[in-house]
Amino acid sequence: MKALSLRQLNKTYAGGVVALRDVNLDVEPGDFFGLLGPNGAGKSTIIGIISSLVRKTSGEVEVFGHAIDRDPWGAKTNIGLVPQEFNFNHFETVSQIVLNQAGYYGIPRKVARERAGRYLRELGLWGRRNVVSRTLSGGMKRRLMIARALIHEPQVLILDEPTAGVDIELRRSMWEFLRKINSEGTTIVLTTHYLEEAESLCRNIAIIDDGRIIENTNVRALLRRLSTQSYILDIDCPIEQVPSIEGYRVLPLDDGTLEVEVHVEQGLNPLFRALDAAGVGVVSLKNKANRLEELFVRMLERNAPEESGAAAPANR
Amino acid sequence: MQPAYLQQTLVALATIAHKETTRYLRIWVQTLVPPAITMSLYFVIFGNLIGSRVGPMAGYSYMQFIAPGIIMMSVITNSYSNVVSSFFGAKFQKHIEEILVSPTPNYTILIGYLAGGVGRGLLTGLIVTFIATGFADLSVHNVWITGSVVFLTAVLFSLGGFINAVFARKFDDISIVPTFVLTPLTYLGGVFYSIQLLPDFWHGVSLVNPILYMVNAFRYGILGTSDIPIGTAYGIIILFIVGLTAFSLYLLNRGVGLRT
Repeated sequence: MKALSLRQLNKTYAGGVVALRDVNLDVEPGDFFGLLGPNGAGKSTIIGIISSLVRKTSGEVEVFGHAIDRDPWGAKTNIGLVPQEFNFNHFETVSQIVLNQAGYYGIPRKVARERAGRYLRELGLWGRRNVVSRTLSGGMKRRLMIARALIHEPQVLILDEPTAGVDIELRRSMWEFLRKINSEGTTIVLTTHYLEEAESLCRNIAIIDDGRIIENTNVRALLRRLSTQSYILDIDCPIEQVPSIEGYRVLPLDDGTLEVEVHVEQGLNPLFRALDAAGVGVVSLKNKANRLEELFVRMLERNAPEESGAAAPANR
Repeated sequence: MQPAYLQQTLVALATIAHKETTRYLRIWVQTLVPPAITMSLYFVIFGNLIGSRVGPMAGYSYMQFIAPGIIMMSVITNSYSNVVSSFFGAKFQKHIEEILVSPTPNYTILIGYLAGGVGRGLLTGLIVTFIATGFADLSVHNVWITGSVVFLTAVLFSLGGFINAVFARKFDDISIVPTFVLTPLTYLGGVFYSIQLLPDFWHGVSLVNPILYMVNAFRYGILGTSDIPIGTAYGIIILFIVGLTAFSLYLLNRGVGLRT
């Protein structure tokens, strides 16, 4: 049984905007799954349909075997949703929000209090439990929505851009928390714009563009397809002429920085030896872009309409 | 019905009802005090100052005659405004999604919100009744009719507020119906006069106003006098409740104004 199964899913909004076109997708139980795509690609529509906030035009959605049409009770009980926008009552306290959510899922107040205490502590919100939610910082609001989504202990946790606008330290701590609950058995489906986040967290990903799934694979398998990588090298002194190194494409970015394109099978040792021989010392090195980001951009470019000026279809 | 489903439904209902009740009690200065002040002014101005010159109506002092209508007016406006503002507020802030993504059935959502509206309607009705006893000698003619009519009226106008909130897209939309429909119908619903005083044409027009039946049925419960048959009043109230409940559930099931 799949944690999540989408079959021939279509969505056309009022006014004729086509958001999804025959989307087929499976998420295995226990997976950490990433749904990637540019703005307007259809990610939030998929999440909206799974969580019943958006009505599908056609197709089938099942959550652990419960079809959202025929058995909405079974499907909804198994889903926890962390939406992109803050959607809690800004006049209620942190505790009230989490406990009310438990109530909507039929969890008795005593059990709900125990769980709320646990999740609010784990997410660093226990000290703010009696604070009215509108006074929380952006990061705290995001964590509150995670605690709220977990209060009924769903088998599938769906997060729509959970770390948008969150500082790096908090983002990393949220990653750790998500890894932990995933290791404890919760299936996680994540949409994100941070491809470093997807590469770091997800085992499997799907890339959606213009309402279509254009890639659905294992992250490692996908990264193996990356034939070249670009690196930025900081060098120890300005050079007048860029050394020509066979097999490598070396470009000057400024006086003290070079960009080098490397085929994955080449490795970096010959490059360093050649630079050393040319009297160029390398102070530091970093990837020009996240590896997944490079692949992502290339795939979207391949999927883009060929006509110039048609990169952003009107129906996105 | 499976035990898990039953438990979920009951706990969800209790949660929504508790949340709605807590809401209007928390902001009591906005929800409970204004009707008390407004209705006190009605008693002072219409009952005491003007009423003393009007003379008896339907065999009762003018103050006694208008007291049931004024109580009913507060029940109608408060049950309506509670649900319309609370449900629209939940839509506007999007926290209605908390309930929509949960397995809470639509009828539970509806009953939960009605509980808030009925609760506030009855509470303000009690407050206004207490104020009325300071101005008029009120005794209850039939406690069952009094209680059932005020309860059913609160349910009916809570349903009205719910439907208004479902269709509302901006804050202006939740004040249009109370201002342009509810208030005129209430004033023309026999709160301040007996329709027996009206010429035949306007007497006939008044009979189309459903609020007339509620006000008169409640007045019958308190005073034992009514311009219309009590059975007809019950029939009309129940007919409206059944119709509005079916329409509310239809809107929820279709996701009108809630799901895209």
